[in-house]
Amino acid sequence: MRHLDEYRDPAAVRILIDQIAAATTQPWTIMEVCGGQTHSILKFGLDELLPPTIRLIHGPGCPVCVTPLEQIDKALEIAARSGVIFCSFGDMLRVPGSTGDLLSAKARGADVRIVYSPLDALKIAAREPDRRVVFFAVGFETTAPANAMAVYRAAQAGISNFSLLMAHVLVPPALTALLSDPDSVIQALLAPGHVCVVTGYRAYEPLAARYRVPIIVTGFEPLDLLRGVLAAVRQLEAGEARVENQYERVARPDGNPSARDVLDEVFAVANRKWRGLGEIPASGYALAPAYRAFDAEVVFGLQHLAVEEPRDCLSGLVLQGRIRPTECPQFGARCTPEHPLGATMVSSEGACAAYFHYGRKAVAHGG
Amino acid sequence: MSNRLESLLACPLPIDDDAIVQMAHGGGGRKMANLIERLFLPAFNSPALSALGDGAVVEVGGERLAFSTDTFVVSPPFFPGGDIGSLAIHGTANDLAVCGAEPIGFSVGLVLEEGFAIDQLRRIIASLADASAAIGAPILTGDTKVVERGKGDSVYINTSGIGRMRPGVNVAPDRAVAGDVVLVSGPVGDHGIAVMAARNGIEFETTLHSDSAPVLPLVRALLDVAPETKAMRDPTRGGLATALCEIADASRAGIRIDEAAVPVRPEVRAACEVLGFDPLYVACEGRFLAIVPPHRAEAALDALRATADGETACRIGEVVADDPGRVVLRTRIGSHRRLDRLSGEQLPRIC
Repeated sequence: MRHLDEYRDPAAVRILIDQIAAATTQPWTIMEVCGGQTHSILKFGLDELLPPTIRLIHGPGCPVCVTPLEQIDKALEIAARSGVIFCSFGDMLRVPGSTGDLLSAKARGADVRIVYSPLDALKIAAREPDRRVVFFAVGFETTAPANAMAVYRAAQAGISNFSLLMAHVLVPPALTALLSDPDSVIQALLAPGHVCVVTGYRAYEPLAARYRVPIIVTGFEPLDLLRGVLAAVRQLEAGEARVENQYERVARPDGNPSARDVLDEVFAVANRKWRGLGEIPASGYALAPAYRAFDAEVVFGLQHLAVEEPRDCLSGLVLQGRIRPTECPQFGARCTPEHPLGATMVSSEGACAAYFHYGRKAVAHGG
Repeated sequence: MSNRLESLLACPLPIDDDAIVQMAHGGGGRKMANLIERLFLPAFNSPALSALGDGAVVEVGGERLAFSTDTFVVSPPFFPGGDIGSLAIHGTANDLAVCGAEPIGFSVGLVLEEGFAIDQLRRIIASLADASAAIGAPILTGDTKVVERGKGDSVYINTSGIGRMRPGVNVAPDRAVAGDVVLVSGPVGDHGIAVMAARNGIEFETTLHSDSAPVLPLVRALLDVAPETKAMRDPTRGGLATALCEIADASRAGIRIDEAAVPVRPEVRAACEVLGFDPLYVACEGRFLAIVPPHRAEAALDALRATADGETACRIGEVVADDPGRVVLRTRIGSHRRLDRLSGEQLPRIC
């Protein structure tokens, strides 16, 4: 398949692995930020192919996983109200809240629908003016423009029965929180390529300089990831700490100006709670004042619902790259995709789900 | 930050919500397996059922018969390459075929929703008739029920089938042993993606057709040259990976699959990339996989490739002594990962 097979070419993979091995003289710990990158690494077994001196740790870049319990509970509360059609990407439906998940709410009668785009949810709202249609706006900078565009179009078209339940988070503030931790073991970062497609990567330059870490803008296919690792190792070995773009085919220094325009119009940067990281200042989006009427928390009067996160699983440590999923005593025992203790076990970008699905404890290597 | 973090490193308790039926209970994955193993099998206490084959094999008057049933709720009922009528015959006929049986006849039970167009029903009935005629096994008995508008979704069909076991053939998922070869009769995932593409709410266009078809001619060709075939499965819900897991699990043998050898059409791969699916888990309705002893592998492949639907049959892996009970995929880039059963539902109402 064009645009795909060339980034999964076995011979090219082998060459890069050899180059990484040749460039490495000492152990290095590199964090890939995005959950999509984590899944590619596990799916293609890249960590198995890398020299043992290169340790990949998995970052917080799974939006489903970092969505706090509070927002899940708000989603359940809204979905249970009569006359509501609650729309979401499929990933959120199995994430446990305090009293259930959206799938079980659906089984009990709530009108919960999986959509592939917020614009599909907007179409439902236009089609069913007597119902209140809510879209669960979860994600990093990557999904934000489409969600902002849905609200923008709703406002233009006067569709007032549409709103967003906001759970949008931003990557650079989370990286600042991780890198400023005195216990941080991160020596280099593979920055999330798709986020940079939207926002560009200038925001990462102060981070690289301040915390002395190479930050490599990296894609999601095996060759992308290995090129990212190679660039990180070369900088580390040379004592450098720069932002470097290894995803030139789609990521530009300034990102996508049209996408940024709609974000600036509809959203405003706000404080956000992160599961596992707590509240981080200016780390997410809220609707801008002019668009408050499209904020589901305002529409349904839920701004003040606050939920404490009970301590029962170690996903916070996993999200910070401090432990591997298999180092959690609950992994595969009390915590499985059928009975998840936390979102990292159910999301398609969650590190625990990747380790479980790809049988990471069980596979005999080699052969 | 570390101390503050400690108090926040937490996730909620698991939700054990098996008090009510969820979509995943019908998804062909772990949740359904749990339902079967923990609720159905203990209650029915039937050795033939507990064998968990695609159909049951029972002895009646000295003759071995295969008996299978399947219910079809596919949405939409008409899709490129087939409809719920032909699918309902192919599904049950294929279950019988991979038991090693020649179909004798079928029953058809219809559940219709008030308001369903008779024209559409006529098309479905014609399709049922054509499919059973093509297999050469008649519809022997039937039943029709109608439910109020809003209490069903157009049309559901149950079919059952009986078949006569081929003499000398003994296929069962627990018979795979190290050294056996894994064959697949054609490209995987066509049906699931064709139905998804036809479904409202997902906008992508494809020229792909469902692979819904009887596998009987292919199974006959295979068994003619390789009557010692150990196991066969038609990979419907849960796809090729789930069928392989069932065989590995039942036989307590390991299975190694070579990703590059598994035939997947480019359209299916592309759709799976976009939708986030793994083609190895997407349903087929006209393919089967066979575990054959190594000395018959070449003859079996030649025989399959000589059939109309089997030109692209190929060898995708082998049964090994390592990793008993597990399926391990050798990826295109040379690494290894485990193929596990599907968790949750991937594509609801695909058959």
